[in-house]
Amino acid sequence: MGKILDTFRRHRFLFSELVKRDFKKKYKRTYLGMLWSLLSPLLTLLVMNLVFSNFFGRTGVGYDYTIYLFCGIIVWNFFSDATNGGMGSLMGNSAIFSKINVPKYLFLFSRNISSLINFGLTFVVFLIFCLIRQVPITPLFFALIIPIICLIVFNVGVGMILSALFIFFRDVKYLWSVFLTLLMYMTAIFYDPYQMTGAIGEYAWLFNINPIYVYAKYFRWVVLGVGGSDPAFPPLWFNLLAVGYAALAFLIGALIYKRKNYKFLYYI
Amino acid sequence: MAEKNKQPKAPILSLSNVSIRYVTGDFKEIGVKEFFLRKITGKYQTTEFWADKNITFAIYPGDMLGIIGGNGAGKSTLLKAISGIMVPTEGSVNCKGRIAALLELGSGFDGDLTVKENTYLRGALLGYTKKFMDETYDDIIEFAELRDFEDRPFKYLSSGMKSRLAFSIASLVDPDILILDEVLSVGDGSFRKKSEKKMKSIISGGATTILVSHSLRQVRAMCNKILWLDHGEQIVFGDDVKKICDAYEKYVNDKVLPKKGSVWNKPAQ
Repeated sequence: MGKILDTFRRHRFLFSELVKRDFKKKYKRTYLGMLWSLLSPLLTLLVMNLVFSNFFGRTGVGYDYTIYLFCGIIVWNFFSDATNGGMGSLMGNSAIFSKINVPKYLFLFSRNISSLINFGLTFVVFLIFCLIRQVPITPLFFALIIPIICLIVFNVGVGMILSALFIFFRDVKYLWSVFLTLLMYMTAIFYDPYQMTGAIGEYAWLFNINPIYVYAKYFRWVVLGVGGSDPAFPPLWFNLLAVGYAALAFLIGALIYKRKNYKFLYYI
Repeated sequence: MAEKNKQPKAPILSLSNVSIRYVTGDFKEIGVKEFFLRKITGKYQTTEFWADKNITFAIYPGDMLGIIGGNGAGKSTLLKAISGIMVPTEGSVNCKGRIAALLELGSGFDGDLTVKENTYLRGALLGYTKKFMDETYDDIIEFAELRDFEDRPFKYLSSGMKSRLAFSIASLVDPDILILDEVLSVGDGSFRKKSEKKMKSIISGGATTILVSHSLRQVRAMCNKILWLDHGEQIVFGDDVKKICDAYEKYVNDKVLPKKGSVWNKPAQ
């Protein structure tokens, strides 16, 4: 652990330069630049709100539907942005790490930082929306730090797994985009499994298998309350679930990086 | 240079029986489907390829080692093992000190970033601090003669300019061991002269240097120890620069390798 901290101290400057580069590249040749990180979730929110409130009549659900949507979108966007970007972080920097001896995880971490900054900006807008929609912002909101930290760790873990797999199999890119679509519907961004009728409503607890659903639900639990009750701090088991997913993903990813550290070179 | 009585006790870099194996074959170009299909049907094949076999040598502070050998002799792979980018399949690399490796200088830059941004990024990659880069940035740009191009995207530079910038950044290093892979031949004539001068001043500053060059003239002029590799085999390592270079020159002309242990029984100090 001390060794890792030491490595980090030594590479602090490199890390900040990498973050800057990833950020600049992301918004290169866009007219609105960084504003897009705010606009794109807002536009998604607008579209979903329009479609599901008007066409599918998802109103009168007992809570603020716009904020419910926003909880799902903000978590989902962070996850998909971080993992999609993280996947290419090793491959895209192969020209560097095959010539210069630098810790390879720095590339992934820096990519995740730029996703995190995006998330932070969106989160501010989220809070403003809560104010506008008169969803009370209470000290309970500090509990959101738990799912946010879990999500950061989870994203890094999944990013490590994906970026390593991507080096070995380029198919991963396509498989992942299909999987993301599936996962997005399973995250219940625009519906509430507990309010569904039939099999879905009956087995709604099964949604907890999906880590992203758990993190989105954590947001909803704290901001809106679940199951018709008031906003509350989720029970212990739910917290353990959230932390557990993050720890598991991170451990698997770290293990792959450790074991394959010198193997990546052969595949690029 | 190699006065016997001045030889320090501990080598700064020693390799013992270093072998490096590349695995090539099926896995590189195939996708997931093919991979599992071939695994199941038993058609999955890989071939091994030893880029370096049993390389053993040691150098001491202040040494200047020249590595010679044709294309595919295993020089660059060996340098990767020394600089820690690769781990040897067998044997061990023992290194005491900070290594700066200047391998294939022009690559690893980001075409979309400006010259200035790339300079900082490269500096960070080479382990410089921000303070150091702020202080020396002007010197780097002056030395590379790229003042007018500072804010241009890197991809618009000519390849000569690219390597000039790369060399200028990299030559600021103050390492214990400096690895130069074909870097003395960058830029046009006048820049080459400038870069050679710069290199010489670094080397005379006491750094231990490893030089890979196809220019035998350069190797003769600068090195005090020679490692000759051929297809991954260590033909010889020694400090009799003239003898080894002569033998190498002869080999280049008539393509006959000297018999093992014939010319140079005496092991290097």
